[in-house]
Amino acid sequence: MSGPLHGVRVVELASFWGAWAAKTLADLGADVAVVEPPGGHFTRTLGPFVDDEPGVDRSLWWWYYNTSKRSAVVDLETDDGAEAFRRLVAGADIVLEGEKPGRLSALGLDHTELRAERPELIWTSVTSHGRASEHSGEPWTDLTMAAASGLAWLSGYDDHARPPMRGRGNQTLQITGTHATMATLTALLHRDATGVGQHVDVSAFAACNVTTETGTFMWTVRGETVQRQTGRFAWPTPTPPVQAEAGDGRFVTTGFPPLEAKDFRSLLEWLDELDLRESFPDVHLLERAVARGGIDIAKESGDPEVLAIFAAGGAVLVHIAENVPGFEFFEGAQRRDLQCGVMFSPEEAFENPHFVARGFQVEVRHDELSRQVRYPGAPFTMRASPWAITRRPPLVGEHTGELLDRGQQ
Amino acid sequence: MGESRALSHLTICDLTGQLAGAGSTRYLAALGARVIRVEDPVRQGRWDILRGATPHVDDRRGIELGGAFNNHNVEKMGVTLNLRLESGRDLLRRLVAVSDVVTENFAAGVMTKLGFSYDELRAIRPDIVYVSNCGFGHVGPYSHFKTFGQVVQAVCGLSFGVGAADPPPAAWGFSYMDHMGANIMAVAILAAVAHRNRTGEGQWVDMSCTDAGLGLTGPDLLDYTVNSRPLRRAGMPDSNHSDQPAMAPHGIYPTEVDDRWVAIACRDDHDWVTLGEVCGEPWAGDARFATVSGRMARQTELDHLVSGWTSRRGGDEVARRLRAAGVPSSTVAMSEDRIDHDADNAAWGMFPTAHHAVIGDRRVDGVPAHFSETDWSITRGAPLLGEHNREVFCGLLGLSDDEFAALAVEGVV
Repeated sequence: MSGPLHGVRVVELASFWGAWAAKTLADLGADVAVVEPPGGHFTRTLGPFVDDEPGVDRSLWWWYYNTSKRSAVVDLETDDGAEAFRRLVAGADIVLEGEKPGRLSALGLDHTELRAERPELIWTSVTSHGRASEHSGEPWTDLTMAAASGLAWLSGYDDHARPPMRGRGNQTLQITGTHATMATLTALLHRDATGVGQHVDVSAFAACNVTTETGTFMWTVRGETVQRQTGRFAWPTPTPPVQAEAGDGRFVTTGFPPLEAKDFRSLLEWLDELDLRESFPDVHLLERAVARGGIDIAKESGDPEVLAIFAAGGAVLVHIAENVPGFEFFEGAQRRDLQCGVMFSPEEAFENPHFVARGFQVEVRHDELSRQVRYPGAPFTMRASPWAITRRPPLVGEHTGELLDRGQQ
Repeated sequence: MGESRALSHLTICDLTGQLAGAGSTRYLAALGARVIRVEDPVRQGRWDILRGATPHVDDRRGIELGGAFNNHNVEKMGVTLNLRLESGRDLLRRLVAVSDVVTENFAAGVMTKLGFSYDELRAIRPDIVYVSNCGFGHVGPYSHFKTFGQVVQAVCGLSFGVGAADPPPAAWGFSYMDHMGANIMAVAILAAVAHRNRTGEGQWVDMSCTDAGLGLTGPDLLDYTVNSRPLRRAGMPDSNHSDQPAMAPHGIYPTEVDDRWVAIACRDDHDWVTLGEVCGEPWAGDARFATVSGRMARQTELDHLVSGWTSRRGGDEVARRLRAAGVPSSTVAMSEDRIDHDADNAAWGMFPTAHHAVIGDRRVDGVPAHFSETDWSITRGAPLLGEHNREVFCGLLGLSDDEFAALAVEGVV
C-alpha cells in the first residue's frame, strides 16, 4: 500500500521553516525532491550529530526534518542550475520553498515567473513573517520566534524573577510546518476539484501567534493578560498547583480535581490500598463528598463545604502522587478513570509499551553507516494508505543524477 | 462556512469539540468547507466544556456565551441531534450520507456505542473518510485512558522539555497539544480526502494525540536512539539554552522594565563578535569567550554578563539594534503587544472580527497562510445551539416542515 499522496510530485528548496512540511508530505507518500545548494543545506551543520562527530550526512537535525525525501544539489546562481531547477519545477505539482523574499525573483525563478505558464502549479512559500514583511529578511531562530509570537510569554515559573521559558525541540518549526502542510494540502484539494493551482504564503510568526490559546482569547475576549505559573496554565490570576513531585522524583500532573461521588470513593479506596488514609488529614471531606453525591463546583461555589471538598480532592491526588512512583500514579489514576498524567521524557514515552504496541518505533536502515536507526513513527494510523518513512534522509546530492537526468519520476 | 472556495466542495459531519477536535474543523470552515457541527440537545452541547465557559465578554452567562468556544468554532453551522433516540440516529445517518468526512474526538469507543463505528459509517457511504482523534488512539494498552491537553503533553514527552536545568519543570503554560492535535488532525482529514480523490477509497484514520505529540519532540529522540543520550540526565540543559546545536549566549534576559524580557540567540562566533560591537562591553573581548566551546562551558557567567547589559535598557532597543546588526533577537511579546500593536499582524489580518448573534463582535484567531486564489475568510462566530437545524434538516436533507416540527415535539432536535 502507498501513502495518500502517492503520485504527487513536490520540489522543495531546502529551508529552515519549510522542511517539516515537506517531510510530512513525503512520509504521506508524495515524491519529494529536496534541492540543496552545493555542499548541502546549512541545516546539515546543526547538531546533534551521529556519535557527536559533525558532518553533512551525520546531522540528526537533518534526519528529523528530511525523511522520505530525495536530494539534488543545484546551484541556482548559475545558468545551468537555474535551468535545472526550471526543469524540475516543470514536472512538479507543488513547489515548497522558504527563501528570503526577493532572492528568487532576482534569479528569475519566483512563482510569478514559473506559475505564469502553469497556472495549475501550487507554490507554497514559508518564511518567518510572510512574503510581504521586511522582517522576513532578518535572521530568526526558534528562540526569538517563540519570544516574538507570544509563545514564550506563557510558560515559566510562579517566581517572575525567573524568565519566561521556551519549549525544547524547535517547536516553532513544527507549528509552522503543520500550517504549511495544511495550507498546501488545501490548495491540492482545490486543484483536484478545479484544476487551478495557486501561491500560498505561510508565515511562521503568524502560525505561532495563533498557537497561544489563552494568550490570545483572554485578551480578545476579556482584555486580560495571562501570567505564567509553575507547571500549569497561564491565567490572569494565580491558580492552585496541579504538578507534584512523585515518590521517585518524576513529576506528575494531577489534572482537574474530582467532582463526582464515584471518583471520591475510588480515591478513598486507593488511599486504603496504599495504607495512606492515616497520613491524609482531610479524609472526612472525601467521605462527605461521597455522602452528598459529589459536588457541582460551578453551581455550589458559594458553599464553604464544597470549596473545602474541592480543595481536598486536589490535595489527595498530590498526597498519593508524593507517595508512589510517577508511573504508578499515572496508571493507577487512569485505571480509576481519573485524568492524570506522568511527565515522561521523550525517550521514556518512546520505550513505553503502549507506544511500542502502536508501532510508533519505526526501524530505518542507514546502509551508509551500517546501522539500523529507530525513528519516531506515524502521527496517525491511515488504514488504506499508511504514513511511512519510505527512505532514510538523503545524503547531500545523493539523487542529483537521477533527478536531473531523467526528470522527476 | 467561510467565503473561500478552496474547500467549498466538501461537507464535514463534525462531532468534535474542545480545541483538539474543534480546531481542526475550524480551519476547514475558514477555507470554505461546509462544516456541520452536531451537538446534543439534552445536555445543551455541554459535552464541549468550553461551550458556556470562561472567558466571557461581560456579566452575562449561559450556553451561548463561552468566549473560547466562539473562537474555536467560527464559520461552522450548528445542529442538535439527540442520538439516544432512533429517530436522532436516523437523521445522523442521513447527514453522514451527504458528507465527505466524519470527524470526532470522543474517548475511544464512544462512536461504536452510539452505533456509528467505521463499519457502520461505511455501510451508509462506502467512500466516507472517518477521522477520530483521542488521547491514546483506539489500539494499544492505554486506549481506554482519558486525557485533556495537559495530560497529553505530559505523557508524550513535550512538557518535560520546558524549564530550567533543575526541577521542577515549568511545563507548557497552555494546551499546546490541543492546538497541534487539531492541526495534525486537519492534516489527516486533508490527506485522506486527497487519497479518496485519487482512488475513490475512503478510510478510518485513527489519530492518537500522544503519538502525534511524541513525534513533535524533535531531534532529541534521535539523539537518544542513535547516541544513547536520554533527555532525562544529569546536566539536562535549561530549555532557553541551546546545547544542540551549540549556541551561546542563547537565552531570555531581563530588561530595564520589571518582568519584560528580551531573547538573544548568538548562533556562531560571528554573531558573538557582532553582539560585542553592539554592546561595547569590556567582557565581549574576553578571550575565554572567543569560541563556541569556551562560551558553552561558561554559560552561567555569560548569562549574568549579558543580563547586566540588557537590564539597563529597553527590550525593543536591544532587539532592534541586534537584529539590525544581524543577530537574532526579540522582545518576549505580551498578548497586547502582538494583538493590538504589531504591524505584521495588522497587515496580515491576523485577528479578524467575527460576529456572534449573542456575544456580538469579537476578534478571533485568523489563519497563518494567505492563498492567492481562494483565501480564507472569517466573519461569523460560533453557531448557536441548533442555529442551523432548519437549514440542514430541511434544506440539505429534504425534511418537510411537518417532519421538522415533529422532530422538535419528539425531542430529537
